Amino acid sequence: MKHRENYSLNIKRRELYGLIASIFAFGLAATLPIFNTGYVLSLGVTIVMYTVLSTSWALFSGPTHYISLATAAFFGIGMYIVGGGLEIYSFPILIAIAGCVGAILAALIGLATLRLSGVYFVIFTLGLSELIRQLVTWAQTTMGTSSGLYVLIDVTESQIYWELLTIAAFVFLIGWCINRSKIGFALKIIGNDEKVARHVGINTAAVKIVLFMISGSIASITGAILAPRWTYIEPTIAFSPMLSFLVVIMALIGGAHRLWGPILGVIPFALCWDFITAKFPNQTALMLGLAFLLIVYAIPHGFAGLGEKYWGKFKHWRDFRV
Amino acid sequence: MDIVIVGILLGGAYALMAMGLQLQYGVAKIMNLANGEMLVAGSFAAFWFFTSAQVSPLLAILVVAPMAFIFNWLVYKIFMRYLVKKARSEGQLEVNSILSTFGQSFILVGLMLALFGGEYFSYSYLEKPYTLFGQPYELNRVVAFLFAIFFCCVLYFWLNRTRLGLTLRAVSVNPEASGLVGIDVPNISALAFGLGGAVTAVGGSLLSMFLTFDASVGVIFTMKALVIVIMGGVRDIRGTILVAFILGLTETAVASLIDPGLTLAAAYLLFILILLFRPEGIFGKRST
Repeated sequence: MKHRENYSLNIKRRELYGLIASIFAFGLAATLPIFNTGYVLSLGVTIVMYTVLSTSWALFSGPTHYISLATAAFFGIGMYIVGGGLEIYSFPILIAIAGCVGAILAALIGLATLRLSGVYFVIFTLGLSELIRQLVTWAQTTMGTSSGLYVLIDVTESQIYWELLTIAAFVFLIGWCINRSKIGFALKIIGNDEKVARHVGINTAAVKIVLFMISGSIASITGAILAPRWTYIEPTIAFSPMLSFLVVIMALIGGAHRLWGPILGVIPFALCWDFITAKFPNQTALMLGLAFLLIVYAIPHGFAGLGEKYWGKFKHWRDFRV
Repeated sequence: MDIVIVGILLGGAYALMAMGLQLQYGVAKIMNLANGEMLVAGSFAAFWFFTSAQVSPLLAILVVAPMAFIFNWLVYKIFMRYLVKKARSEGQLEVNSILSTFGQSFILVGLMLALFGGEYFSYSYLEKPYTLFGQPYELNRVVAFLFAIFFCCVLYFWLNRTRLGLTLRAVSVNPEASGLVGIDVPNISALAFGLGGAVTAVGGSLLSMFLTFDASVGVIFTMKALVIVIMGGVRDIRGTILVAFILGLTETAVASLIDPGLTLAAAYLLFILILLFRPEGIFGKRST
């Protein structure tokens, strides 16, 4: 018994270094609002937002290889919960509600599609944000008068930034725990061969649904936190399908098989995206398309995979040179 | 009555569009998410022929179909074949083809935006009333429907009554076994993929006669086609045609009775019902 306990608490030296480095990186990132509260901070908010979304996306989609395109749906729901509930509840309670609603929705989607093959899941999530957008628009036009909601709350950009950074730290912590836990191991087996996973007694549907719930809940929380950034939210802003695609691209271009992979994609791609949308707004679709082809044909395991490959070659060269 | 007829007229074009995707997914095993963009490209081609040279969209099909075939055939040969060869499992092929066709769909949207701009397009061709059961309908809807049904029938008989059609169906059922009995699976897959693209583009040309479209509307059609194909059962063309009509009817009913903004919601409601009660599709065989 004692032996097992030792095993489960055994943190390798490499992991310890990683932990210290991450804490240091988060601390450094947290100082950003002290230096700049203008353009750089707003870029920082965007980058942290995509880091949270992509990393939590990769928690589920990385090992299972299920392409979820539901991020925008969860995100929009979180935003709408804050927009609609501010008169009744306080902001932190709404964020918690958003997380719960996201998890419940993810569970429902998972129950309907994840028992079946991956195709159903992709198709379903592809249309989900559009579906919810249509329903919200319809509900608003039939019940209310305006097509949007005002989010009148005093939250500064710096506060949003710190909140997101906290969530990001939380996501990394969850990811780290999952990787060390039984459920993470089960997930890896499912990703390699679902049939094998089922035969060794893993309840594959349950594992997938739980992971999808975590990722959906985090996306909703992110949407809720970001709602004050827009003072007026509309279905087209909240449920923009582009968000789902960007999250997928950033996670895959960075490398979804590693916890730290997505962030490698988020930083360059978010900067690139910011530049393209500002300078060539009509060419954004083209850029997304090229990014997708790049992922499939040039860097199938993302920057993380690329880095690991060359690191391996370098180590080989270092250890075996004559 | 009005809803039923408009719904059926819409269903004809949906059937054609979905049959295109079915050829690509059923036979070539590529889940083509750029299918809707191919449809919009067909619409743009018809629009361009009509507005610049006064060529009837029905004649434009003669150019659109071969062009779309060649384009999709090349796409298969250049992009898809590589993925099929590389894939170690069906799941991996699925993920890669989804990502790759997403890329292609965005590139097509980008190109169409660059060529035509982001406005909404429509043209008036055969905008005359035509009386059916005592009610007037637009003639272009009726003509588009008749053409769609004609193409569906041709395709159906071609698949079921000719040797090449039989080959395609064989690949659709089991690619490995087809290879063993001497079928050139890579080329048949490329043929099916090209043909699927051509059929979808023709569907787009027909739809453009009575629907307004823009460069980025393709993804909506992709979703509809996917829903139809999955609901009908991936390998069964009868199911696809039936579901296309059901979808046309449902959409028309929802649009005229509740709200025109809810058409996709209606499609998804059908999709959820099928997923919950008959995940193998209406005509699909239950797998063990």
